[in-house]
Amino acid sequence: MLIQRQVRLAWLLVLPTLLVVVFVAGYPLAQVFYWSFFKADIALVDPPELVGFENYLFLLRDPDFREALWNTVKFTIFSVSIETVLGLAIALIIHSNFKGRGLVRTAILIPWAIPTVVSAKMWQWMLNDVYGVINVIGVKLGILSQKVAFLARPELMLPAIIAVDVWKTTPFMALLLLAGLQLIPDELYEAASIDGATRWQQFWTITLPLLTPALLVALIFRTLDALRVFDVIYVMTGVNSATRTLAIYNRQNLIDFQDLGYGSAISVAILIITFVFVILYMRSIGREALR
Amino acid sequence: MKRTLFWLNRGLFYFLVVFVVVYSVFPFYWAVISSFKPSSGLFSPDPSFLPIPFTLEQYRNVFVGTAFGRNLLNSLIVAGGATLLSLVLGVLAAYALGRLRFPPKNAVLYIVLSMTMFPQIAVLGGFFVLLRQVGLFNTHAGLILSYMLFTLPFTVWVLVGYFRGLPRELEEAAYVDGATPVQTLLRVMLPLTGPGLVTTGLLAFIAAWNEFLFALTFTVSDVVRTVPPAIAFFGGATPYEIPWGSIMAASVVVTVPLVILVLVFQQRIVAGLTAGAVKG
Repeated sequence: MLIQRQVRLAWLLVLPTLLVVVFVAGYPLAQVFYWSFFKADIALVDPPELVGFENYLFLLRDPDFREALWNTVKFTIFSVSIETVLGLAIALIIHSNFKGRGLVRTAILIPWAIPTVVSAKMWQWMLNDVYGVINVIGVKLGILSQKVAFLARPELMLPAIIAVDVWKTTPFMALLLLAGLQLIPDELYEAASIDGATRWQQFWTITLPLLTPALLVALIFRTLDALRVFDVIYVMTGVNSATRTLAIYNRQNLIDFQDLGYGSAISVAILIITFVFVILYMRSIGREALR
Repeated sequence: MKRTLFWLNRGLFYFLVVFVVVYSVFPFYWAVISSFKPSSGLFSPDPSFLPIPFTLEQYRNVFVGTAFGRNLLNSLIVAGGATLLSLVLGVLAAYALGRLRFPPKNAVLYIVLSMTMFPQIAVLGGFFVLLRQVGLFNTHAGLILSYMLFTLPFTVWVLVGYFRGLPRELEEAAYVDGATPVQTLLRVMLPLTGPGLVTTGLLAFIAAWNEFLFALTFTVSDVVRTVPPAIAFFGGATPYEIPWGSIMAASVVVTVPLVILVLVFQQRIVAGLTAGAVKG
């Protein structure tokens, strides 16, 4: 009797959340799938026309989509791998005992706390071709032979954006990895030291293997984030063929071109790409968390 | 020899430490400095690393004769509304999922978890159509609703963790005293999750405060538009003139409260962030 009442109460408490989930995720998602089979404008002014798989067939032949996919892959691989290595280095630094480690931990939280749009603007100003501090310092120290228009030269745009993303998101990576490092018992290192293992050997045989779960979580997290990158690119270079990623291309079709049909097809493609990573994610940690 | 090596190591280590700190802090420092310089100081071939000459002119330009004050208010309304709504809904759901007997618990948790993985862009078109259908396009309520997509699952997920961590005995004692489950939640469990609520709310607020894509797409007028798109489109008198000083001033205005919050709640944020990430 009591149990039945508890179950009923639980349903009642979960219901509002479930309703919101259906309304903000389920329904829009269903719309996206539905409209991907139509030729329609986003204001739905003209009557939509059912076109079957035409949008998807177009997507497979669309060179702009391929370019956007390639830009996204480049951005993801470079930003995530640099962030992982840098984040691990910073996590190791903070993890070791020294005076002022609290200060370092506080300092790295600053990039994380800054809104992406603001950090993009800040760096846009620092990378300014004439008055930007990076050009000024670079020329003064002789690193740059002359001032560089980082955000106007197509071959430099994506690297510049990756640098900004690395600055903004490495702290998150470092904090996740630091949490993982703190789970490794000190006794292991003590035992290894007694056995005569060098710091370097300890890193490869103790730290890295035991950090793998945390590393995996952080990697998948950052990868999912990088795959949908939008803000930093939209603010720093706008819609530009050298930096147009999937998310940018998707919004361009939906909003700028008002093309609900083709835009929805791109959304479905992004969902499928994300889904592969979500499965990976669920497999690696979902089960353990739900225990 | 060994001693020299030790100091060399030590020196290299502290060099790295200083480098990490400078790398993290300098861009923000530069934005702050830039916001206090007059245009002549900004557009100079040899910019000063201190705010000399000092002026508040850029801040005046941000607020006087612009919609920026309104944008700030909008951001407060939208981020505050989204945070409150997801905390209220999240507490109820998390209590049921974390403490009560509820057979489809795992299914619900999976649904919530999969929502956190969702790329916002993938529902942009559907949400656009939805908001126009229900007449919430370019309204605060519409934007708050769209933010539920990421604040609600995050809140539920983290709070389930907090509820699970509470000792069973407390609940049993309350039941023995004749309390109903709802009374137990409100009088016993909720006060204990206070710190968790603060952290979760803070992280949800920051996420909503910083959001750009939905704000850019679902608002068109400054009456509703929040700060991130406003900063992205901050224009000068002519298209050729980018008012970097004012942009930096506006950036500092929206970032300083966040940086202060983060520094004050540092320990909790780090814990909440890692808990949220590890669990979803």
